[in-house]
Amino acid sequence: MKNPILRMAILVLVAVSLVAGSFLSARAQETITLKIEGVSGPEVKWLNETVKPAFEAKMKAEGKNVTVEVEEFTGTGQDLRQRYTLDIGAGVGGDILSFDGFWIPDFAEAGLLKPLKTVVGEEVMQWEGWAKTPAGLQAILAYKGEIYGYPRGTDVRVIWFRKDLLKQAGLPENWQPTSWEDILAAARQIKKALPEVTPLQLNAGKAMGEASTLQGYMMALLGAGHHIYDFENQKWIVRSEAILNTLNLYKTLFAEGLSEPRFQLTQDGRDQSFLAFKEGRVAMLVEGDFFWRSVLVPGGTNPASMADRNEKVAFAKMPAMMPGKGFNGQDFVTISGGTGYVINPNTKHAKEAWALMQVMFSKESFEALQALQPRIRPRTDVPVTGDAVMSALAADVLPLTTVRPALPTYSKVSEQVQLMTEAIVTGDKTPEQAMEDYATAVEGIVGKENTVDLK
Amino acid sequence: MNRTPILSRPVGLVFISPATLFILAFLIYPFISIVLLSFTNQGIGPMYGPNTRFVGLQNYAELLNFSRWMNRGQLGWSLWITAQFVVGSALIGQAALGLSIALLFQRRKGFLRELVFTLAITAWIMPDVVVAFAWFAFLDPFRGTLNNILGGLGLGRPDWVLDHPLLSIVIFNTWRGTAFSMLLFSSALASIPPSFMEAAEVSGAGAWRKFRDITLPLLRGHIATDLILVTLWTFNTFTPYLITGGGPASKTLLVSIYTYETALQFNEFGKGSAVSVIVMLINLILALVYLFSIRTRRAAV
Repeated sequence: MKNPILRMAILVLVAVSLVAGSFLSARAQETITLKIEGVSGPEVKWLNETVKPAFEAKMKAEGKNVTVEVEEFTGTGQDLRQRYTLDIGAGVGGDILSFDGFWIPDFAEAGLLKPLKTVVGEEVMQWEGWAKTPAGLQAILAYKGEIYGYPRGTDVRVIWFRKDLLKQAGLPENWQPTSWEDILAAARQIKKALPEVTPLQLNAGKAMGEASTLQGYMMALLGAGHHIYDFENQKWIVRSEAILNTLNLYKTLFAEGLSEPRFQLTQDGRDQSFLAFKEGRVAMLVEGDFFWRSVLVPGGTNPASMADRNEKVAFAKMPAMMPGKGFNGQDFVTISGGTGYVINPNTKHAKEAWALMQVMFSKESFEALQALQPRIRPRTDVPVTGDAVMSALAADVLPLTTVRPALPTYSKVSEQVQLMTEAIVTGDKTPEQAMEDYATAVEGIVGKENTVDLK
Repeated sequence: MNRTPILSRPVGLVFISPATLFILAFLIYPFISIVLLSFTNQGIGPMYGPNTRFVGLQNYAELLNFSRWMNRGQLGWSLWITAQFVVGSALIGQAALGLSIALLFQRRKGFLRELVFTLAITAWIMPDVVVAFAWFAFLDPFRGTLNNILGGLGLGRPDWVLDHPLLSIVIFNTWRGTAFSMLLFSSALASIPPSFMEAAEVSGAGAWRKFRDITLPLLRGHIATDLILVTLWTFNTFTPYLITGGGPASKTLLVSIYTYETALQFNEFGKGSAVSVIVMLINLILALVYLFSIRTRRAAV
């Protein structure tokens, strides 16, 4: 090849084909990134160390290059919900979102979430996991018969107490009240023996958001005789003796100094109450089992993590106001929430996202998660193991449970509950006034025809 | 004299068009959009989505329902708290304190002046989140620096954010913003010719007379400017949210926080927009009052 022009031409050709070739092969090997948002606690570790490698290897075997990115979120539920509202509304956001079940009706009605069948396709119903998941648990992330996601588990609410403090106050370590009067008597006894200790924390007020409604108000109201909503007649109960009794319980707690207003009114009051429990400044605290397995858990990342949790903490079932007077005539009451994961309808990789969900919610993955954090899982083939307290909750408390009404108006009604309880804590209103204002506000939200007064 | 413009009219229009487009896109469009939204029931979901309806003046009627608007957590309540906050932290706090510091160090130099100015300016230029977090920790009743100092001196350990929430954010905002008034007034004072003061001293005028008859009249325009700016800034500030969250029990529910709460926490974007429009009108009135007062003073002089 003497001809310099020819040589040049060949060089150029080789260079171009090299560049083009690498470009094309890069196209074929294009990496899809799936982002999981809103994750907290041990699930971050689980997703990164168990799910991610398993899923990426599975995809590689199918000839796809998919990576998983996990974003930890440590803010409050309200913050997360606000972020999803704005992100999804703006057409962006992660591919898979950690989601609270009670947000579903709102988001579904607003068109911000779509059923899995719509986002992914009919094939979602062929997944083996559905057959292993009881209908009640499938319903956690469902609305009007459509499934929007899959739950990580469900929970129950009880009274957590410090065995050491109760003992110092002369109460048994296996304390189990059977009426509100028993709770108040114990609280007074603690206050007398340990004046520095706040006897009982029952959530109230706007600052704690949904935790005030679910862990505080509902736990008392169910014990006073009825639910927030009459499921049979599909009406919100806005005036009743039980609501008044519930508000009077709060009034007694704060009037007698058995509860600490600071926890109810300041911005990070819920975290303060957790920390105070750990430090022995709160004796009894009504919370979901998340408190046991995620907040107090020895070696956990929460500031309230307790190395000696198992020796010092126990639970008692929440009693009805009087035996047999609870919701459905029960002696003890509880209520469940549930959270899980949904697929963001804005995702560009719905099929891959669903493939990732299937890996996350396989029996094997759940078992790995169960080793990190034992709790009540949605799959019947993944029992609670390795934690006697969680097993006891599943066996003794879960059968008593009920859930919140899955209605888009629920969160607005819940805000009114928060304001109503706050007015009792601050002493702004009498229980009668607070209930009347609540009733008027709820009538405005859902329409008077959808409410009912009970005598 | 025949004045020929440097640029012809069309060329001039080309030159101002980027600025005009910018203003249209980032000021006029959002403004119109907010006003339109305030007549709808926009909740969560896409803007003007299928669930959004035109509701006329309903949002305004709810906000300005005078039988309940002073109730805890309502607009009137929030405006009243904002008024106290503005008077406390902007007028008495920032403007008066800033003027005092400026007068104190008028025509003085030295270490103390540098120290005070540096500290005040540092407080002014730090990012919101940083200072809010620092104050949140500073005011903590159990572990906070303030109560450790007070407790050490035997002055008790008040629960600042719970028992004195409004006072806490008034002190915070005074600390935060005094530097601006201080700088503005000290440069204004520096512009007063020293001969005025010397002449007054020769005539036997005391400190108060000099302040009243020389300093104050010469500062009038600066004071008006300062008051407009600090009032508007304080009226619209959101940083206290990071310290108190508007609580406890809505006791620090500034109107900016009320807007945020309505729109973004309770997801009532329509109603939140209506609050914004009302706030915008109040700001406009405040600005007009001040501008008018400067004009009349100038006319009087």
